[in-house]
Order: sequence, then structure tokens, then C-alpha cells
Amino acid sequence: MLPAAVPSRQHTVQPMVTGTSVLGIVYDKGVLLAADTLLSYGSMAKAQNIPRLHVVENTVIGASGEYSDFQRILEILKAKALEETTTSVMDSLYTEESGMTAENTWNYLRMLLYSRRSKFNPFWNELLVAGKDLKGKPFLGSVDKIGTTVRDNFIATGFGAYLAMPLLREKWRPDLTEGEARALLEDCMKILFFRDCRASPRIQLAKCAYDEVLVSEPYELDTAAAWQAEAYRQSVGELEDDGGW
Amino acid sequence: MTTEVSMMHSAESQNLKDGEVSTGTTIIAIPFQGGVVVGADSRTSTGSYVAVRTSDKIACLSDHIYACRSGSAADTQALTDYIRYYLQQLKIETGRPARVKSAAHLLQKLVYQNKDNLSAGMIVAGWDPVEGPAIYSIALGGTCLKVPFAFSGSGSLYITGLLDSEFRENMTKEEARTLVKKALAHAMARDGSSGGIIRTVAITAEGNDRDYTSQLPYGPVSY
Repeated sequence: MLPAAVPSRQHTVQPMVTGTSVLGIVYDKGVLLAADTLLSYGSMAKAQNIPRLHVVENTVIGASGEYSDFQRILEILKAKALEETTTSVMDSLYTEESGMTAENTWNYLRMLLYSRRSKFNPFWNELLVAGKDLKGKPFLGSVDKIGTTVRDNFIATGFGAYLAMPLLREKWRPDLTEGEARALLEDCMKILFFRDCRASPRIQLAKCAYDEVLVSEPYELDTAAAWQAEAYRQSVGELEDDGGW
Repeated sequence: MTTEVSMMHSAESQNLKDGEVSTGTTIIAIPFQGGVVVGADSRTSTGSYVAVRTSDKIACLSDHIYACRSGSAADTQALTDYIRYYLQQLKIETGRPARVKSAAHLLQKLVYQNKDNLSAGMIVAGWDPVEGPAIYSIALGGTCLKVPFAFSGSGSLYITGLLDSEFRENMTKEEARTLVKKALAHAMARDGSSGGIIRTVAITAEGNDRDYTSQLPYGPVSY
């Protein structure tokens, strides 16, 4: 009796080690990204101090979702960047001077993620891509695991889409300074730490402005003040209370 | 939130219904000379969303008996309401304050007889004139165990080693409180379903004293 056929194809059907929200905002001189540095394994905080914002050439990529898929995507992008700089693909008359910009990378990622989705084996990520567009203006775009692309002045992935987007919509202006943009992102990251079970207060920022692309060292948000209200301190479990929350 | 549904069989599985609120939690009780310190985190979560970030999971059952709640918020609230009522009745009928053992066994009866419909893991701890300090742990199916110290909830898995190595008999009230806070902080650092602030209650014959700590003794690691 022949054994039953075993499917030889593997599909990513459930994420294992994941990162939560990534936020991005365009300000007057460039783009700012923020993400916390926590990797979760289900409900367990598996690894702290893990950067989820990476620089590839002149672009910053931030990822939420399955971290192994993000690592694979970075491998692919690094190989592509190497290929661009070491091969002359076309006749010099038609080759663009600028090389891969963030907008190019974003389009390439769309193709990558959509083709994997079409094989029912998605890269289980939501990616933010920041840098410059083909015209040299600040660029911020997202690609999700089914290949949907969005380009906008402020984007948030994961829980951020529910909790941070309303704040970003309220406060965004085209002439935001870097300080204001940073304060806004930090405020959103605080809210996410309070309300997302998979978030941590240790965050990292990335900036693309003036032809430079920088990722900061992780630092911790100051959340002490948010626990001090008298309403929070009060206990509600005593006999005369209703035994509620 | 369609992602929540597809994650039901992944690294996070819970036997709560869709949208049911869980106290996915860390709760602890540690005895000292003359009493017990109970402690809990303050995070109440619905899936990955923090529904209440400063909740009070330590419910008073009677003058010197407290219960720490973990599991379904609704189930544990209903159970503590029943036990409070029964203990009040007992006090009237017997003329004496209830024993911690009575509270724990009453709770066991309720949990065991309704085990198919409840999701509740609780710690009943306190002081009574018969036994002095006592701690009982009531697990999901209704098992009631008298224990020297107790820890429960989703975050408790991360601190089993810590508590096993740091627990000592006959601590002072302050030592017990410090250990409770330390263990809770470590659990809150690793468990996504635990977090917020630390509430503790020190229960003694003289009275109970509540504490609220927002500066955790241990926080997100930086290695």
C-alpha cells in the first residue's frame, strides 16, 4: 500500500515571531519613521532591543508582522542593490542616474509581495518604505502582505492603523517641523504602548532628510506621568465597591 | 479585525470566545509573619487590545480575605460576587468572621460545578483567627490547593524559576511586598497579556494596606 501523498509545498499560514506597529510621517524636510524594538512570540515578549527599521541603500524599510519574512526581504533587497551597482543592465543612454530610490524599492516590494500572495505563500508583513521619490521629494509608502500599496503623508501599520491614524490625521500639516513630527510620533507610540498588548516603550526612530538616512539607537519613552491620575490609583475591589475592574 | 480570527490556532490560543474580555494576567500571593501580601498587574485585554490598563484584579471577599482574579473578567467578577454574598451570610449565621479555608472551598464548589462554562483561575488569600495567614490556589477545573505561596495567570509561567529560588518562609511584610513587586515586574516584562501598574494588598489581623506602584522595579531589558 503506497503511503498517502505528502504535500511538498510549505505555506506561511500563521506568523510566529512578530513585530507590532510601524508609524511613518512626512514633514517639511523629509520623512520620519518610528517602531518599537520588541519581537513577540504569541503573547510572550521574546526579544527586546530588536531593530525593526533597517536602512537599505538610501531607503529605510520598517516592518511589522513575521520577522523571518522581513529578514528574507532584506536579504533580497540587499542582493538587488548589489546587482544594481555591479551590473550595467541597460544602455547608458536610457539608464537613470539616481539608482534605486525609495519609490523604486516600494514598487519592487509590491511585485515581490503580490507574487508570493498569488502562490498562497505570503510574506506575512506590512512594510513601510521611506526615502525619496523619483522626483526627489520625500516619499512614504506601504506594502501589505497581499501586495496592496499606499502612498501617503502618514501611514501606520498593525494596531497603529486603529489607534495612531486618527491622531496623525488630526495633527498632520505639510509644514510640520522635525521636532513637531517627532513629538507626534512619540505621542502615538505612547498610546500604542498603553493599548497594544504586543508593544513596548523602547522605541527607535528613523529619518530620511537632506540626502541622509539615519536610524537612531533604541531609547525608552517616558510614560511615568500617564499612571498617576487619582482615578487610576483608586482601588475598586473593596467590599463597598462593586468588585469591578 | 480579521487577523485575530486567523491567529486563533497560532502561538496564541485562548479558550475565550471571540471578543470576550480576559484578565490575561499575573497574580501572586506571598505570606509573611502575621499575614499575606497579594499582588496583581493591571492589564485587562481583549485579544491584543488593552481594554483597561489600570484595572483592579484584587477583590475583597470579606474583612481579611482577598481573591486575585485571572481568566475571564466576567466569570471572575460573577464568582467574587457570589462568594462575598456567601461569606456575609456565614458571618451572620455563625457570628464569627469567615475562614480563608471556607472562602476557598466555596469558590472551589462553584468553579468545579460549573467547570464547562467558566474560565477562572483564582488565588484566595488572607488571615483568619483559626489558622493565621493562608493561601489557596483554585485552578481552571476547580482544583483547590492550599499552598505556601501562589502565582497564577498567563504571566506566572515566566516567574516560576524566580519565585522558586527567591521564596523564603517567615519574611517580614516589606520583604514579602518587595518580592511580590519584583516577580510581577518580571512577569509583566515578558508576558504581553500582563502590564500596567502593580497593585498589592498586605492583609493582617490589624487591617489591610493597599499599595499602587507605577515605577516598576524591573522593566524592558536592553540586551
